[in-house]
Amino acid sequence: MITAVHLRVFFVLSSVLSVSSEVLRLMHEFNEPLVTAWQLVAGADARLAGIVLLSLRVSLSATLIACVAGMPIGALLAVGRFPGRRALIVLFNGLMGLPPVVVGLLVYLLLSRAGPLGQFGLLFSPTAMVIAQAILVTPIVAALTRQVIADAWSEYREQLRSLGASRPRAAATLLWDGRFSLTTAALAGFGRAIAEVGAVMIVGGNIDGVTRVMTTTIALETSKGDLPLALALGCILIALVLSINALAYALRAWAQRRWG
Amino acid sequence: MNAWLKLQHLGLTEGGTRIIDDASLSFAARRTVVLGPNGAGKSTLLRLIHGLLRPSAGELRWQRAMTQAMVFQRPVMLRTTALANVIYGLGLKGHAAKECEQRGRQALARVGLESLARRPARLLSGGEQQRVALARAWALEPELLILDEPTASLDPASSREVERIIGDIAASGARILMTTHNLGQARRIAEQIVFIDRGCIVEQTPVEQFFTMPRTEAAQRFLKDEIP
Repeated sequence: MITAVHLRVFFVLSSVLSVSSEVLRLMHEFNEPLVTAWQLVAGADARLAGIVLLSLRVSLSATLIACVAGMPIGALLAVGRFPGRRALIVLFNGLMGLPPVVVGLLVYLLLSRAGPLGQFGLLFSPTAMVIAQAILVTPIVAALTRQVIADAWSEYREQLRSLGASRPRAAATLLWDGRFSLTTAALAGFGRAIAEVGAVMIVGGNIDGVTRVMTTTIALETSKGDLPLALALGCILIALVLSINALAYALRAWAQRRWG
Repeated sequence: MNAWLKLQHLGLTEGGTRIIDDASLSFAARRTVVLGPNGAGKSTLLRLIHGLLRPSAGELRWQRAMTQAMVFQRPVMLRTTALANVIYGLGLKGHAAKECEQRGRQALARVGLESLARRPARLLSGGEQQRVALARAWALEPELLILDEPTASLDPASSREVERIIGDIAASGARILMTTHNLGQARRIAEQIVFIDRGCIVEQTPVEQFFTMPRTEAAQRFLKDEIP
C-alpha cells in the first residue's frame, strides 16, 4: 500500500537524484579540461614549460629591479628629512594602485618606434615586459619598505643618532636589520607582477613562443574556448604564488628564532 | 673645580608646553645624578646635553669638545651578534675592522659577556642586552657617558651588575651623567645631585648633603615620599 509518506519520500529522492545527475554532468564538463590540464602539467608539456619559465623570468627580473630601486627609496622616505618628503610618500602610496594597462600604455608609447626610446627596438620583447612590470612594482616595494623602515626608525632613531649614524647610513642599517621583514615587500611586488595581465599584454604583444606569459595565455585561451591550457596555467600560477608565500613565511619564522 | 659644561638659560618648548624652563647649571663633578619626579624633564635634559634635542632657548657651553656616548632605558639591539652590535658604533667612527673587533671584544669582556660575543643580541636577556649596550658605549671610550634610567626595567641582580659596570666606566676616566628612580643607586654613584621638578632646576647639591638635608622643600618632599 502506498501512503502519503511513501509518496513524499519518493519525490524527495527523485529530486535529489535529478540534482546529482546535473552535478555529475557539470563535473564531467569541468573535469575533461581538468584532466587534460593535469596531463599537460604532469607530462611537462614543452609549450607550457616555456610559458611558465618566461613568466618567472620576466616577473622575477622586474621584482629584482623594483627591490634594488624601491627599497632604498622607501628607506630614505622613512628616515630622511628633505623638502617634498610627505608629497613623495603620498605619491608612492597612491602609485601602489597604478592600473597595469595604463603602465602598459605609457611604456608602449615610450618604446614604440616613434617614441623617445623607439630606436632600441624593445617593443614586443621580454625586456619591454620587464620594464613595464618594474615600473608597476617599484612603488609597491617602496611604499611597503617605507612602512617597515618607519616602524624600525621610531625604535632605533635615538640610538643610531647617538652612535653618530648619518641618515643615509641609518637607512642602510635599517634595511639590513629589516631584511627578513622586507621579504614581505618583495613578495607583494612579485605577486603583483606575476598576476598582472594588462601591461605585459600591451608591451609584449602576447606573441606565441616569444612574449606569451601565463596570464596573457590564460586570457587568450579562455576567449578562444581552449580551457585545458588556461586551467593548467591557472593551477600552476596559484600553486606558484602559494608556495613562494609559504617559503617566505618559513624564512621569516626561521629569522625570528635565529635573530629575534 | 672647573665646570666642564655650563647650561645657560637653557629652555625647550614643545607644542606650547615648556619641558625645560630656563635651566642654568654648571657641571663640575665627575659623577652627576639627575633626580626628580616623573615628567620633571630629566630625560629631556639628558637628550639636550647629548645633542639628540636642540634647545629652543639658551645654550650649552662646553669647556672643550667632549666625546659622548649614551645608554638608554631600553637597550636597542640590531639583528646581529652581540659583538657586531658593540662594533657598529666603532665602525661609524671610521676605525679599521681589525681594531673594531679587538676593541669590541675587550669591551664585551669588561662587561662580563665575552662568552656571548657570537650570540644573536636580541635573544639575550634584558640585563644582558643592557650590558651589551654599556659595552657598545664603553668601546667608544667616551669622555662623557650619559645614562637614562639604565636599570629601570632590570631585576635587582642585573641592576647591581649594571651599577658595577657604571662604576668601572667612571673609574676608567669617563664623566657620568645619569638619571634614576632608585635613590640608593643615586647615593652610591653620584658625587653631585641635580634635582629638577616641572622643567626647572630646583637644586644642585653634593650627594651626602642632598640625602641628609636637602636645601629645598620640593626635594624634602620628594625624598619623604620614597618608600624605605
